[in-house]
Amino acid sequence: MSMEKIESLLKEFAEISEHPHRQIEAFKAEGKKVIGVLPYYAPEELVYAAGMVPMGIWGSNKKTISMAKEYCATFYCTIAQLALEMLLDGTLDDLDGLITPTICDTLRPMSQNFRVAMKDKLPCIFLAHPQQRKPAFGLQFTMDQYQHVKSELEKISGNTITDEALREAIKVYNRSRAARREFVKLAGEHPDAVSAVNRSGVLRAAWFMIKDDHTAKLEALNAELRALPACDWKGKKIVTSGIICDNPKLLQIFDENKIAIAADDVAHESRPIRVDAAETGDPMMALAQQFADQDYDILLYDEFSSQNRRGDFVVKQVKDSGAQGLVLFMQQFCDPEEMEYPYLKKALDAAGIPHIKLGVDQQMRDFGQASTAIQAFADVL
Amino acid sequence: MAKEVSPGVLALRKVVEDVYADARVAKKEGKLVGWSSSKFPCELAEAFGLNVMYPENQAAGIAANRDGEIMCKAAEDLGFDNDICGYTRISLAYAAGKRASRKVDLETGEYVINPNSGKPLKDENGKVVMGEDGKPVKDPKTMQPYTVLDDIHEIEALPDGREKDLRRAAIKPYRQMQMPQPDFVLCCNNICNCMTKWYENIARMCNVPLIMIDIPYNNTVEVHDTNVAYVRAQFDHAIKQLEELTGKKFDEKKFEEACANANRTASAWLRVCDYLQYKPAPYSGFDLFNHMADVVTARGRVQAAEAFEQLEKDLAEAVKTGKSTTPFPEKYRVMFEGIPCWPKLPNLFKPLKEHGVNVTAVVYAPAFGFVYNNMDEMVRAYYKAPNSVCIEQGVSWREGICKDNKVDGVLVHYNRSCKPWSGYMAEMQRRFTEDLGIPCAGFDGDQADPRNFNEAQYETRVQGLVEAMEANAENKEG
Repeated sequence: MSMEKIESLLKEFAEISEHPHRQIEAFKAEGKKVIGVLPYYAPEELVYAAGMVPMGIWGSNKKTISMAKEYCATFYCTIAQLALEMLLDGTLDDLDGLITPTICDTLRPMSQNFRVAMKDKLPCIFLAHPQQRKPAFGLQFTMDQYQHVKSELEKISGNTITDEALREAIKVYNRSRAARREFVKLAGEHPDAVSAVNRSGVLRAAWFMIKDDHTAKLEALNAELRALPACDWKGKKIVTSGIICDNPKLLQIFDENKIAIAADDVAHESRPIRVDAAETGDPMMALAQQFADQDYDILLYDEFSSQNRRGDFVVKQVKDSGAQGLVLFMQQFCDPEEMEYPYLKKALDAAGIPHIKLGVDQQMRDFGQASTAIQAFADVL
Repeated sequence: MAKEVSPGVLALRKVVEDVYADARVAKKEGKLVGWSSSKFPCELAEAFGLNVMYPENQAAGIAANRDGEIMCKAAEDLGFDNDICGYTRISLAYAAGKRASRKVDLETGEYVINPNSGKPLKDENGKVVMGEDGKPVKDPKTMQPYTVLDDIHEIEALPDGREKDLRRAAIKPYRQMQMPQPDFVLCCNNICNCMTKWYENIARMCNVPLIMIDIPYNNTVEVHDTNVAYVRAQFDHAIKQLEELTGKKFDEKKFEEACANANRTASAWLRVCDYLQYKPAPYSGFDLFNHMADVVTARGRVQAAEAFEQLEKDLAEAVKTGKSTTPFPEKYRVMFEGIPCWPKLPNLFKPLKEHGVNVTAVVYAPAFGFVYNNMDEMVRAYYKAPNSVCIEQGVSWREGICKDNKVDGVLVHYNRSCKPWSGYMAEMQRRFTEDLGIPCAGFDGDQADPRNFNEAQYETRVQGLVEAMEANAENKEG
């Protein structure tokens, strides 16, 4: 009975994750306003507190870059380019606003392209996070930036974002993050029940759903997973790392080779849900502090940079999750990931953890080469 | 590009030589030597009398000395992807101890000459001498040893003796390949976020402290007070860190001197840039690229200010006498957008010379003109780096110099090494054409990795630009 429930819930998540546009249409039909949220670390809580729906935009596995070429040279990550493509080709016409963070060198100029391309069509809300996020002056800067986002969102929604509403939003998001963290753990423990493809569907759907709804469904799923007997997994377990790995066709290769995902260090999955925001006190400060607490991320400055903290952190993740290796999904043209690869490799090698680096981008349609590499990797684990 | 070298240019060359030489001496004496990003507020380090080297300037020099590829490949062997900025790759390979060396025969102690190197031998009539194989004979005087990659850590691990001495001596002698390793690093990421991870990697490789000034991207032409407050607080924080590092107190007087020098250098630099407004221009914008080394490495030194002031005098004289260092009659004037392809400067220059195209505007002119009167203004000045400004500011800078320097077209370098720079160029090109009525042509290249430059494409694009400028001129006349 419980497997049936699990499968049915997983199917629901998968459906939503594959059809974000249906979600936007449904929200609009209910009279809700929808705000597109680009990577990385935008404070979705503000959108929620304004009574609007945040919609994560992480490119697309189904589109091809065409109109975006008017703005971008070829050597830019497909996540950013396909986001622009969807803004230009009408896919995202129903949006009421767009938040454009600028924490990598592609998103910096892209924030300008988004604003120029969407002139008179869609308000674009600029967001620059600080890299010195921990000292008092850094916290203050984050709050200043979030204040700007807040007032722009208020203009779009017509609602004032009260401290009370924001605290409530923080509670909703903390609960969502906790449920997702638990799910990641449970999925790693029960790969017989949650395939790599379905795991991705659950986490991806979080970007397209109102968090209350996602959390309710996910808590139900987690309860079912918790009730399962311990899994006697005959296959292998790995940790995934990278910006994004949400292509079902690619993930299917893992399932076919009995490689389960025990944990992840992925920007689209676990990196943004590692830390929560305080539910009491000044909620803007709570959000700034939450950003300051983010760590071990290729995008973020590490004040202890002469150490290899991030490499050590990922090694610990692999060990703690009981994985035997790591698969790095190297997003094409992602220089922050590329810059941190040698030291990740160093830490993994030192710990005797095997890994492979798979070059990916969202316009990939043929996974033959990846399939061969993954199969070969499974053999050495 | 043979030309008469003016006193100002000679002075500028000496300033950069001295900066490197002083750092080498300091290192030998056991003093601290730092590495700094080009747009870190050098005034802060100057206040502590610190010797500072600039990896961006170093990488450009290594690339111009034709060692970009071997150093880039060395970084790739360390695991750094070839998508990463060429300066970064060169610098990280260097930080890891990799060096471009001359191939040495350990038995004879002599360098092994590459028979394919060197310039063609010419006879007394200036004609190229052909060999029996039908290929030009090389002038033995210009032939060079093979370039090989070496590693200072490997060399230092050798027992004292002949091999160690020979390999040490074989490291190429030009200043950028002889830069001392860092004892600390100064990073300001106003020009790109890659800088952040670049310097973190150096700090890790060399196990040295990193002093960080974060200047986030800005979406408006004005710099808000909240942004100023954030960066100002970091200046104060950096000063504290420098005090801890050096064990010295912040010297207010030295700081003010450095600020005065930096302002004087920047003003003189801007005035030198303005000489490109003359028609015909007394020099080529390509020369400015060479002088950038001074603005980057020595703008806080009085010698840099004086050298630019000397160059200014030379230029005034050149204008008076109608002289120009451009070795061809100026037919068209263009803005060169972006960092030049350092390993391919002669190839960049060739078709421009053929068509009489002089570069009379470069974006670096306003980009390094940091002029300010107090600490808050200094923050605002450093906030406005080429890649940290919004599109409106970027367009306004460029259109300003295009108008002032009377350009007929724009040549845009889509620099494979620089995502933040190239990322909004397509829209900028549209605006240049719409606002100024001038044609633009783009080409693919790289500031340091010669593998990313396609000469044939470049020549075709230059040709296309020339045709468009010609048509534009005819229309105006008609």
